[in-house]
Amino acid sequence: MSESSATLNQQQTQHPFLQHHFTDAEQQFDASKIGMWLFLVTELLLFGGLFVAYGILQSMHPEAFVEAHHHLDRTLGAFNTGVLLLSSFTMVMAVWAAQVSKRKALIVNLSITLVLAGGFLVVKYFEYAHKFYDGLLPGSFYTFEGGTAANQHIFFSFYFMMTGLHGIHIVLGMIAMGWLLRRAIRGDFSARYFTPVDLVGLYWHLVDLIWIYLFPLLYLVG
Amino acid sequence: MGNSTVETPDLSLMAEALRREPPDSELNYLNAERGLWSWLTTVDHKRIGVLYIISILFMFFLGGMAAIVLRIELLTPERTIMSADTYNKAFTLHGAIMTFLVLVPSIPATLENFVLPLMLGAKDVAFPRMNLASWYCYIVGALVMMASLIFGGIDTGWTLYTPYSTETSGGVGLVLVGAFIVGFSSIFTGLNFIATIHKLRAPGLSWFKMPLFVWGMYATSLIQVLATPVLGITLLLLLMEKVLNVGVFDPALGGDPVLFQHFFWFYSHPVVYIMILPAMAIMSEVIPVFSRKTIFGYKAIAFSSMAIAGVGFIVWGHHMFVSGQSSLAATVFSFITFLVAIPSGIKVFNWLATMYRGSISFEAPMLYAISFLLLFAIGGLTGLFLGSLAVDVHLHDTYFVVAHFHYVMMGGSLMAFIAGLHYWWPKMFGRMYSEKWAAIACGLIFVGFNATFLTQFLMGARGMPRRYYNYLEEFQPMHVFSTVGSWFVLAGFLVMLTYLIASLRKKKADAPGNPWGARTLDWEETSSPPIAHNFHHTPVVTHGPYDFYPQESGR
Repeated sequence: MSESSATLNQQQTQHPFLQHHFTDAEQQFDASKIGMWLFLVTELLLFGGLFVAYGILQSMHPEAFVEAHHHLDRTLGAFNTGVLLLSSFTMVMAVWAAQVSKRKALIVNLSITLVLAGGFLVVKYFEYAHKFYDGLLPGSFYTFEGGTAANQHIFFSFYFMMTGLHGIHIVLGMIAMGWLLRRAIRGDFSARYFTPVDLVGLYWHLVDLIWIYLFPLLYLVG
Repeated sequence: MGNSTVETPDLSLMAEALRREPPDSELNYLNAERGLWSWLTTVDHKRIGVLYIISILFMFFLGGMAAIVLRIELLTPERTIMSADTYNKAFTLHGAIMTFLVLVPSIPATLENFVLPLMLGAKDVAFPRMNLASWYCYIVGALVMMASLIFGGIDTGWTLYTPYSTETSGGVGLVLVGAFIVGFSSIFTGLNFIATIHKLRAPGLSWFKMPLFVWGMYATSLIQVLATPVLGITLLLLLMEKVLNVGVFDPALGGDPVLFQHFFWFYSHPVVYIMILPAMAIMSEVIPVFSRKTIFGYKAIAFSSMAIAGVGFIVWGHHMFVSGQSSLAATVFSFITFLVAIPSGIKVFNWLATMYRGSISFEAPMLYAISFLLLFAIGGLTGLFLGSLAVDVHLHDTYFVVAHFHYVMMGGSLMAFIAGLHYWWPKMFGRMYSEKWAAIACGLIFVGFNATFLTQFLMGARGMPRRYYNYLEEFQPMHVFSTVGSWFVLAGFLVMLTYLIASLRKKKADAPGNPWGARTLDWEETSSPPIAHNFHHTPVVTHGPYDFYPQESGR
């Protein structure tokens, strides 16, 4: 017992973030990575349900979806796609910076990613405000008059549910990046320990990827 | 630790030591830290398993009492003790508690949580804090659901079919939120265990040296991770439908109510494999240990677990044969449903072949395991009747369906849970229970269960619809028979509760490290109860999980 706790202490001085139940840092990193990938699978299936529902209702009301999608602003949507793609790039740079122990580059890249994510939400805010103003709202709250095809409210139900759920994920990603930033400033990350940066990076790419599917489904469906 | 012959002389010493202030080496996970707070903040998988056992047994008690009350109401064709409205709420309460709060987490979150790292030779699961978070998700979700079920009362049935569930008043919204939160607990458990099985196996423990329990739980965890998010989005969509009238499931707004059924069963059919695969996993441990014989067809059992997990995802349409899906879809779903019988049959026959010419002993875990075999065989076979298209049209929504899934869920899943609970009880608490009373309880439950549900097969085949408050007088004798049977089940569980509590109240820890003479790490390499870090030294696996030899059969 005392012998094992001695080796435990020794390991802890060697590696400050190694948890007691792992043999070494590599095992801990691999386990975390498996966990993160499984989490991403659950995210895919969560959004997958929405995509399937979208597909089925779109096939039930194709004209409604085509007509309704003209209310969305393609330019803003394309701009936001660019913003997220850029943020994925800066995230990759952040992970790289952590892996090669460049603390300053890590902080800079994380900050840029955070700003881009915020920018995405600002653009989304203006888009949402416009829809609210026009009464292009989900389900029975849909008050817009002037459309010809029936059931256009369903398109907006999906628009708000899909972009809303995606937006929640952006916010969660920003919280995670804020936490990374704090730890990066404290100097936690280096070539020996960068697991959290790596994992948040994976998450951020998934959020980006989902938007890449949402953009054509919602903005380019015609 | 070794086998029991070495263990026996140490026992008196150990008891002696427990009476004194225990020295460092005698500390186990139960007394290493003290106080309620140490339990509520623990990240020890063994303690979390115990927390889960307490919470789930409490929920099981609630759900079980609802069942008893329902059966009493059905004693007479008209009103017996409650109004029709209360009856509807009571069966919803029973169904929702038993599926979401008892059967889904029963084996993975309790027994597996406790045993998995011990079997793998690990100090803990891969993500101990996530494990604790899973328990808190369960508790919060359960409280939200209970609040709505008991105070608001919902009468939709646990299946929450639209459009009724979106139109009815009452606490449907809260139940959705509660079930959503409980879903996180299920995902956390599954994710955690997959990572644990992949990365935390002891040296020498290759995939095909793992106990079959681990294989079964691996398959279960995969379903938990892959199916639960779909339930999550389904519940969210239903909530949106209720709050915002989004029109996805509401035909008045251009939606499709059958789509809800597809979504719901896409989760809720795989979920029955989340319930039964762990039960099969326990069988694969208990049967060889109490037959003193190597398991027959190790790889066949391991792969059949994976096959059930895979095929289980593509049979959901058999719940909807009369819901208006195309006849092509119905035919395909019917055929794939028959496929599930193959891996299930492989398992049952392999267990029987394991028992064949083994030296079987009838301790409590084995009694429950044999009950499982008998009841699951009936439940599984009647599932084939229901999977046949024409027969299902006749039997759909009758007591035949009720009897079928109770044979699988209670006769199968729950019996195996109890078998596992008795099997690992000495490991968990260091105390043996009364074998005599265990046998009596098992007998009461087995007889009472069959009395309750065999009659329901008969009633169903004669057209007694499920969920009905009133019924034709000709069904009354069978309903009375069924209700009396449920009292035997209740008596059996009360006996069980009594002797298990009596065993906990024993002052001396009297369980040896390996009372059953099992060959897996959880028994061979840890004390009963285990120390907080499970093992003094990381064990090295040198033999298979079921290598029994004649000279070791004495225990």
